[in-house]
Amino acid sequence: MPFISNTTEQREQMLAEMGLTMEELFGDIPPELMCDSFNLPAGLTEQQVRNRLAELAGKNSINLTLFLGGGFYDHFIPAAVYSLISRSEFYTAYTPYQSELSQGTLQAVYEYQSMICRLSGMEAANASLYDGGTAMYEAMMMALRITGRNKVIIDDSVNPIYRVMIHSYTSNLNIELDETHCTNGLIDRKQILRRLDDETAAVIVQNPNFFGCIDDFSDIAEAVHKKGALLVVSCYPISLGILKTPGAMGADIVTGEGQCLGMPMSFGGPYLGFMATRMKYIRKMPGRIVGQTTDRQNRRSFVMTLQAREQHIRRQKATSNICSNEALCALTALVYLSLLGKQGLRETAQLCADKASYAYKRLTAIPGVQPHFRAKWFFNEFVLDLPTGAADVIAKLIEKGFAAGFPLGRYYDNMESSILICVTEKRTKQQIGMLAEALESVL
Amino acid sequence: MVVQELLYTKDHEWAGIDGETAVVGITEYAQDQLGELTFVELPDVGKDVQQKGELAVVESSKAASDVYSPVTGRVTEVNSALAERPELINEDCYNTGWICKIKIADAESVKNLMDSHQYEEYLKGL
Repeated sequence: MPFISNTTEQREQMLAEMGLTMEELFGDIPPELMCDSFNLPAGLTEQQVRNRLAELAGKNSINLTLFLGGGFYDHFIPAAVYSLISRSEFYTAYTPYQSELSQGTLQAVYEYQSMICRLSGMEAANASLYDGGTAMYEAMMMALRITGRNKVIIDDSVNPIYRVMIHSYTSNLNIELDETHCTNGLIDRKQILRRLDDETAAVIVQNPNFFGCIDDFSDIAEAVHKKGALLVVSCYPISLGILKTPGAMGADIVTGEGQCLGMPMSFGGPYLGFMATRMKYIRKMPGRIVGQTTDRQNRRSFVMTLQAREQHIRRQKATSNICSNEALCALTALVYLSLLGKQGLRETAQLCADKASYAYKRLTAIPGVQPHFRAKWFFNEFVLDLPTGAADVIAKLIEKGFAAGFPLGRYYDNMESSILICVTEKRTKQQIGMLAEALESVL
Repeated sequence: MVVQELLYTKDHEWAGIDGETAVVGITEYAQDQLGELTFVELPDVGKDVQQKGELAVVESSKAASDVYSPVTGRVTEVNSALAERPELINEDCYNTGWICKIKIADAESVKNLMDSHQYEEYLKGL
C-alpha cells in the first residue's frame, strides 16, 4: 500500500499548474543525496521476524547484577505500575487530539505535573519532554528567550551525554557555550563567578552531579540572579526523597531524567524528560501544559492550557519545535510516585544512600582501590580509582556477572583508571560483597 | 468600527499621533477576529522599534498574534493595566485598551499609514 495520499494523475496536474517537472521541483536536492534504491531486504514472514528478533535479543546480557548508573538507574518497579499503565484508556504515547474529551488522560498529566512540582520544589511543570538531555537543552533555550542574552555556562560535572547533546543542538546557533571544570567532584565556585557576567543567560549545573557528589547551589543562585541570569539545575528525582530541592536552592528551571521513576533501563528509551519552573516564566516554557478549571456546571475539569506558546498555533515563533511529550512515561512516573508515596520515596532514597555508603566502605577496603575525590558527600554513586584501566576491569567483571560501573575515561581526561559505581535500593548486602570479591580477584 | 482621528496599518494596528508621540493599539477588527484576549506580552520601555517590526504579542484562547509597530521610534510607556486585564482590548480597543506609547524617531514613517477612510475601504476589501 502506498503511503502517499495523492495519485500520479494528481501529481502531474499539480506539476502542470506550477509549470515544473518533478526533477525541477526537487532540483535543490544535491544529486549525490538522491538515491535510486534504499537497499531494503525482502520481507520476512511473521515467524521469521520472531526468530530474527529473538536471536538479536539473545545477544543481550540480561542477568548481570547492576552497579551501573550514570544517568539511568536500576530501581525496583512494583508490578502495579505495569498493570495500571497498561489499561487501554491510558495506553498511548500522546495526548489525544480532542484532548478535553479525554478527561482521565488530562487529569493524569495534571497530577504528574503536580508531583514534579512537589519533587523539585518549583511552581509549574510541563507535561514532559523526551529525555533528561533534551529537557536540559530546552531549559537553556528558555533561559536565552527570557534574558535575551546568548552566553551559557555549563559545568563539566553535568552528565557528559547531556553536554554532548547540547553541543550538537547548538553547533549552528549563535550561542556562546562556556564549559567550567569542577574540582574535587564539586563545581569550582570561583571559576563560575569569574565567568559570570551581564551577557550570561544561564548557569547549568547538576545535583547530584555526574560523579554522584552532592552540592547546595543556593550561593550560586544568588550570584546568578544578581547578574540577571537564570540557574538551571538538572536533578535525579529519587534523590529528592532526602535531598534539598533545587527550588529551595533558588533554581529558576529544573530538569532531569525521569526513567528512575518506574521505567526500565531500556537501551534507547523511551525515557522521560521533566521540566519545572517559576510561575513567572510559565509562558516561556516549552511543551504541553495541562491546567485545572471548572466547566459550565462548575465541575472540576482539565484542559490543555497556554497553547498559544505551541507550534500548532505559534508556528515558527513557538517556544520550542518540540510540542510532543512522553505521556505514557509521565503516567508511569505518576503511578510509581503514587504507589511509593512521600514516605516510600524517602525510604527508597535513604536505602540508596545507605547501601552506597556501605559499598563505598567495602570497596575502598580492597588493596589498591582508592576514592577519587576528597569530597565526602555523595548520594548513591561514587568514583573509585583502580590500579589498572577501568574499562578492562569492567570487561572482566562482566564475565563474572557484574555490570560494575561506568568507565569515566570515556568522557573525562586523566580518568582512565576511574570507575563510577552506583548502588540502588535493589542491591543487597550479599551482592555488594560478591562485587567486592570479584573486583579484588580481577585486580 | 474605526475612529476618525487615528491612523491605521494593514495589519490592523492603530496609531494616535500627538506631536512626537504615537499611542498604539489594535483595531476593533483585530480584537473581533482574535476573540477574548487572555494575555498581552508588552514591550520593554526603552525598546527601539522599526515600523512593521515586532512590538507586542496578543494572545487569545485560539490564537497568538504579533503586533507590529505602526511607526519607527522608541517605546516610552506601556499600558501595564493589560497585564492583569487583557480583556480591556476587547472592551475598548481605542481607549483603555491602548498598548503602548512610542516617541516617533522617523516622522516619514507616519506618512505610510492609512487614514480612517482608507482603512475603512481596506476593510471592505477583506
